[in-house]
Amino acid sequence: MPVKEEISGTALFKKELIYTDYEVRSQNAMCVNESTLDKPLRVNFKYALLGVFFGILLVKGEVISWFRIQEMFKLQSFHMYGIIGSAVVVGMISVALIKKFKAKSIEKENIHLEAKPFHKGQVFGGLIFGLGWAITGACPGPLYALIGTGATVILITLLSAVAGTWVYGRFRDKLPH
Amino acid sequence: MLEWLKQPWPWYIAGPLIGLTVPALLLLGNKTFGISSSLRHICAISIPAKISYFRYDWKKEAWNLFFVGGVLLGGIIAATWLTNAAPVQVNPQLSEELAGYGITDYSNIVPAGLFSWPALFTLRGFVMIVVGGFLVGFGTRYAGGCTSGHSIMGLSNLQWPSLVATCCFMIGGFVMTWLILPYILQL
Repeated sequence: MPVKEEISGTALFKKELIYTDYEVRSQNAMCVNESTLDKPLRVNFKYALLGVFFGILLVKGEVISWFRIQEMFKLQSFHMYGIIGSAVVVGMISVALIKKFKAKSIEKENIHLEAKPFHKGQVFGGLIFGLGWAITGACPGPLYALIGTGATVILITLLSAVAGTWVYGRFRDKLPH
Repeated sequence: MLEWLKQPWPWYIAGPLIGLTVPALLLLGNKTFGISSSLRHICAISIPAKISYFRYDWKKEAWNLFFVGGVLLGGIIAATWLTNAAPVQVNPQLSEELAGYGITDYSNIVPAGLFSWPALFTLRGFVMIVVGGFLVGFGTRYAGGCTSGHSIMGLSNLQWPSLVATCCFMIGGFVMTWLILPYILQL
């Protein structure tokens, strides 16, 4: 009997996995894996390499600097506006070109971009993140890079951010969306 | 060349290169740029606690964790080999104001008076390090993305909800900086 129960339990879990996988896609569309290919784990090292490049940019562009973020919100420096603005322009042109030429990934897959549906979380959550951003002077990317630069206490900030994410997940169904 | 690389890079170099991360991820493997989702994957791996939001096949999203691992490594590389000893240049208005709160140490990339292990055990440091981090984690997930996922990826893909989110990030930041942070810094 326990064996049978375990089997049905696994089946239930799998069914739920499929459901939440869909949820990851629909509710979290900005940061998901659009690829449907099942690749071995080692293929992911190319993303680590790109991450290294991105991390160096965050440090050398001083995006990780608490002072630069303060200057941005106090309108004392153009630097961060220049960074984000030029990044968005380059990103827009790139995405437009990818769409226009229907470019494929190097894994020969059609590149697919999910539309981001509006929900109230973008307002409430956005405001809450903004409050935190101005305190820590770091959004999630810089948190990782800062730890790398030797500001090890930021590990506590990262763990606290993980805790914040967990609390959101726990009370998600009670929050307005 | 190396000497030049060791200086802080101007926005018109760093910004466009950051923007190129978007097509690079798409072309490398059909991945949309975003960092805060890594926090969700960490929850899903370590403490899913039967919460449906954290029960999904996180191995499929492992690329995101490789990416942020790379970001951390990039931080190590930049701080070890691509740095000069010059203190951070700060707008004189800002440094004058910060001096009023006892923040005068510009030798580190983060202000040591606010973000250091000894500071963690002060009320001000606790609010800055722990409460700030919590707001970042909670807010980004509630908003469904952060500066990378919404402000860079979402705007690149012309998504108006991402513009709403970005405006709210900025409003939250302005409110904190102008109305609340002065009280926190006084703690």
